[in-house]
Amino acid sequence: MADAIRIESLRKSFRLGFIPKTTEILKGITFSVSEGEVFGYLGPNGAGKTTTIKCLLGLVFPDAGSIEIFGHPHLSARARQSLGFLPENPYFYDYLTASEFLAFTADLFGLGRREKDGRIDRLLKLVGLERAAGLPLRKFSRGMLQRAGLAQALINDPKLVVLDEPLGGMDPLGRKEIRDIIVRFKQEGKTVLFTSHILQDIEMICDHVAIIVGGRVVKQGALQDLVSEKVLFTEMTVAGVPPDAFRGLGESLSVQGDRVLLKIVEERRVDAVLSLVREKNGRVVSLSPRTETLEDIFVETVTGR
Amino acid sequence: MKIWAIAGITFKEAKRDRILYLLFFFAAVSISATRILAILTVGDRVKIIKDVGLASISIFGVLMAVLIGTSLVYKEIDKKTILTLLSKPLRRAEFILGKFLGLVLTLFVMTVGMGLIFLAVVYLHTSRIEWPLLVAIAYVFLELVLITAVAILFSSFSTPILSSIFSLAFYLIGHISWGLNLLIKKMHAGAGKAAARFLYVFLPDLENFNFRTEAVHGLPIPSSIFLYSILYGVCYTAFILALAILVFRRRDFI
Repeated sequence: MADAIRIESLRKSFRLGFIPKTTEILKGITFSVSEGEVFGYLGPNGAGKTTTIKCLLGLVFPDAGSIEIFGHPHLSARARQSLGFLPENPYFYDYLTASEFLAFTADLFGLGRREKDGRIDRLLKLVGLERAAGLPLRKFSRGMLQRAGLAQALINDPKLVVLDEPLGGMDPLGRKEIRDIIVRFKQEGKTVLFTSHILQDIEMICDHVAIIVGGRVVKQGALQDLVSEKVLFTEMTVAGVPPDAFRGLGESLSVQGDRVLLKIVEERRVDAVLSLVREKNGRVVSLSPRTETLEDIFVETVTGR
Repeated sequence: MKIWAIAGITFKEAKRDRILYLLFFFAAVSISATRILAILTVGDRVKIIKDVGLASISIFGVLMAVLIGTSLVYKEIDKKTILTLLSKPLRRAEFILGKFLGLVLTLFVMTVGMGLIFLAVVYLHTSRIEWPLLVAIAYVFLELVLITAVAILFSSFSTPILSSIFSLAFYLIGHISWGLNLLIKKMHAGAGKAAARFLYVFLPDLENFNFRTEAVHGLPIPSSIFLYSILYGVCYTAFILALAILVFRRRDFI
């Protein structure tokens, strides 16, 4: 599959402060995103995620390295025409209504009146803002602003959608809706690059991820390759057996009434615990093996533990 | 098309600015108060009305251009709306030109408003419309266009307060630099004269747009001076806008 984004050896420093001091933010970032995939770009605060995205969008000029979008230089008109962007904490002209704002962004792509009207109606429906179309943006909640931002990012029907923290500050329902929209992008063949701190969401929808720490990509690859299916430990809730009975078999994490939550590290000990429960006429309330998650990988990569 | 989209949004934003209406209100009060001033004056009352009225249009117009112009680009950067705009296929030059045109359109509407009040006050005294006054107002507007470009240049890299100070300094220098021209004429040829001439070329001479004395006193103005002033205004504005674009094109939006 062709590359939607190819970033090679990207470097960027800023001179910040009253007495300017050079700080190197990106120290040779290299990664690529294939067409049609959902790519998660992860990293702790200050790792350089937003700076990478700003370089990609031409908002910040890199000191060195190259960026291509669908094989074109990232600043070319063709590259720009093919992408949509939702910034982190979007703020738009709050005196405009959602429809007026979308009409304005459509004008920046030179869309004709009929095409523009059709797209605005469709997008407002897609992001669930059709009822708020005539409201000024200053009356929008944070979640509604995020949706309006998503709609403006899609006004040109882009092949590549770049989302900077699209799930930040949203309630669980809103997060699910945005996730569903991203999944729909994938079904439509769009490429999505997004950053997020909410790793469960990334795990649910991403094909590939890259983890950036201190301005360097320290880990990248297909999600299924990074996250092994090896069982790390098993969590078991048992009722009717005193916690002391499990000494040597598992770690008692909590006790509530006659229920004990156990963490069992070795698989063979799970069978031993089950036998013990049967023997003591107890009851297994729940049993869940915990496989490695993206969060484990992230914590391990970032902290080195 | 894209420039007009930016100009349209700038016009919408500028016309929501309360400072604009506050300045327009004071301009209207100042122009209307020329009648009272005329009553207290010994001599040609109509000339006082015309003189103070035209000066009010110029001063309040400049304040509008500076106070609104210096915050327009800065606000986009500060509130980060610029991130959304520049990620679209919009060149940075188009953004600056759109901002400029939007503010010029706002100032045009304001100048027309102030001009109409002024002409109405004059009409109450003379019962006729004096065309030279319209010409003087048109040149005040041309001066405002240049000041707008300067305000946008400064706001592309500085804060509104500093930009306002720089722009007002430009305006003041522009109205006293003609003295340098007089000095050049009286200087002997040499390095000093060459340096003064070089300085005069770069410093603005806003007296090129000042036809108020001629309009008030009904003095003739040669058409070559009219044309020279237009050409001067267009070239200087284009130069300042080119500088603004140059500065803006190299900026990182962190």
